Amino acid sequence: MSGEIVKSLVVPAHPHPVLCPEKNEGWQRIRDAYDEARRRIEETDADLLIIYSTLWPSVIGHQIQADPNPEWVMVDADFHDLGSIPYSLNIDTKFAHAWNAANKERGLESRTVAYQGFPIDVGSVVALELLNPGNRIPAVICSTNVYSNRAETTVLAKACMDVVKAQGKKAVAVSVMSLSNRMFTEPIEPHEDRIHSLKDDEWNRKILEFLTEGRLEDIGQLSRTIHTQIRVKKVVAFKPMWWLSAMNDNRNDLTGEVLAYEAIHGAGAAVVVLDPESNGTGDKEYDEDDVEFYGGDRNVLDVEEGDDHGVALHDPTTGDTSFNTDKAPKPVGAYPHARKEGNLLYLSGVGPRQPGDNSIPGGPIRDSDGNSLEYDIKAQTRAVIENVSRILEEAGSSLDKVIDVTSFLVDMDRDFAGYNEVWAETLGKVGPTRTTLAIRALPTPIAVELKVIAKA
Amino acid sequence: MAKGSIVAGCLAPHPPHLVYADNPPQNEPESEGGWEQLRWGYDRLRESLSKVDYDVIVILSPHWQTYVGTHFIGLPQCTSKSVDPVFPNLFRFDYDIEIDVELARAIHDQAKSDGMSVKMMENPDFRVDYGTIVSCHMLRPEWDKPIVSISSNRGMDYYSPEVMQEMMLELGRATSKAIEASGKRCLLVASNSLSHRHFTTETNPPEDMSKEHITSHAMHLWDMRMIELMRAGKSQQILDEMPEFCEQAISEADGGAFSWILSAMGVPEEPAILHGYGTIIGTGNAIMEWPCHEWGDD
Repeated sequence: MSGEIVKSLVVPAHPHPVLCPEKNEGWQRIRDAYDEARRRIEETDADLLIIYSTLWPSVIGHQIQADPNPEWVMVDADFHDLGSIPYSLNIDTKFAHAWNAANKERGLESRTVAYQGFPIDVGSVVALELLNPGNRIPAVICSTNVYSNRAETTVLAKACMDVVKAQGKKAVAVSVMSLSNRMFTEPIEPHEDRIHSLKDDEWNRKILEFLTEGRLEDIGQLSRTIHTQIRVKKVVAFKPMWWLSAMNDNRNDLTGEVLAYEAIHGAGAAVVVLDPESNGTGDKEYDEDDVEFYGGDRNVLDVEEGDDHGVALHDPTTGDTSFNTDKAPKPVGAYPHARKEGNLLYLSGVGPRQPGDNSIPGGPIRDSDGNSLEYDIKAQTRAVIENVSRILEEAGSSLDKVIDVTSFLVDMDRDFAGYNEVWAETLGKVGPTRTTLAIRALPTPIAVELKVIAKA
Repeated sequence: MAKGSIVAGCLAPHPPHLVYADNPPQNEPESEGGWEQLRWGYDRLRESLSKVDYDVIVILSPHWQTYVGTHFIGLPQCTSKSVDPVFPNLFRFDYDIEIDVELARAIHDQAKSDGMSVKMMENPDFRVDYGTIVSCHMLRPEWDKPIVSISSNRGMDYYSPEVMQEMMLELGRATSKAIEASGKRCLLVASNSLSHRHFTTETNPPEDMSKEHITSHAMHLWDMRMIELMRAGKSQQILDEMPEFCEQAISEADGGAFSWILSAMGVPEEPAILHGYGTIIGTGNAIMEWPCHEWGDD
């Protein structure tokens, strides 16, 4: 069974296109564009609408709506005077539960919610009212976690795609969001509506230019900048492009079309349709770690547990020929990071732990109770090589002077391929000799360690 | 008509965990308790307020977030179910709340005449936010007093902590003037936590107190500093430090309630009473009372 994303949409969240499109020509054009997007969906064989709403914030990981038929009446917190929107939705609960399970398998905190009277957010209600009247297609709705970063949001999408593929879904991915989200702070007459500022308008048009060119991954790269430039802090960062990009395999060559771009009370509202067909331009590289599993750096302020991974850390020993650096993790015994003899540098075994917080990129291989965890060997291997590089630089050397490496893996069968792939991208280009050994365990819950000899 | 007055002010945090732990009949989920230090703090606050005669509770909650000015509920009766979208496993509460529309409109009108952006909320389908419900329930579970419900205008998000505070100080002064003109005795409530960095995981059960603590030492230091300033009657210093507090402690005072209540009470130099302090999923929460009725006119 093979599922896929048949269309991706960016749609606005405010209630005006539902409740009073006739009051402003721009709001009517947004409504018309919504209707056109609905027609395009109906032309496909889509059997699922996946909503990522920036107006449903969550704190405990991500929440996925799993009530088969949420019903209530939605009233906007600001625009309550425009009226109410009754809703009765059809949720694909099988998909919701499977997505929740897939999130957990990939290291995310996640849960489903199914409670009578749950307040479905305005963005989801508006999008489903206009894109899916009569509940023709089942939907699933996911929250936006206020603390999530790009890695977490990317893994959330990958977990979703695991289920899309496993269940053979023909899915439409929908990001419900404003572009610039600064509204007027005073009531305005409908005819007075416009984008809040020229700067907001220019940035919105730049975002739409990228979307027209199908460059989702590039917008993902720009998201933090977009957030600081034209976003009022509501969900901490501008995340929906991270999710939508990852739902499309972080591609930059989709076929995009802007159906409408207008102001709603000053905010940037756009309806954009993205087809998975390549627009013919070359795809571009993915610029950040393409994480597969979430290792968990969310409780960054919760330093109570797990930081030393149950192993006492030591300050590195010093000596005339020793080299140590704060940019590498503390040793787990009394030894230096590196030692120079003649023209050679001998490094102590280096793992992926991070200097400072001792976290493990890609996640630890087991929890404090000894239970096995999912982890990302490629992320761990990259982190090891970065630590090696930092130690070498402290000693006046560099990665391109590495002569010989002994690698230790705790699970050769599982990890050799991923480790080997990262090796080829990095040290493989330098060309040191290498020996790879399988061993039973390492002192901390890591999967890989390198023993390095380099020219000084 | 006698002049109206603020008989007391309260800092009354609203994490839904408190109602969940109390197991009132209006709330669907059931618990084995938890967060007792805070709930006992609310006991002490209720005991203290039982000696005070007041007509209405005026509350500003950061969970009715508005971006187009400050809003006031303008319906005489609000009856519905409130489900917390963030912690729906803890809070699904049937409410029936009387609103003092007359006073709400009086504050609205005063604020409007003072130049603020304001709006009355009169949509009968509107649901009261859970912050308002939790704070009001914890300090007056009898629900026998009408309330005035004021939204949180997100001035900090749109501008800066300083601008947010200026707007809330202005709203506080308008509130005070309207209350004085109304002839009513009012209990003012700022519904917010202090430091506001959550844990992003939840224990099973949520009321497992062995895992409850402040998220970081820095948050603890800020919470204690603010409590000490309140206990010392140094309201002006609190206002002076509010921008740093909001930013560094990720404080829920960013919603404006804390600044608003200090302004409405005239930036008191009298000490506040600490009834309780505790953490809830890592956030810092203090239950404070300013017994204005004991202070006299000058």
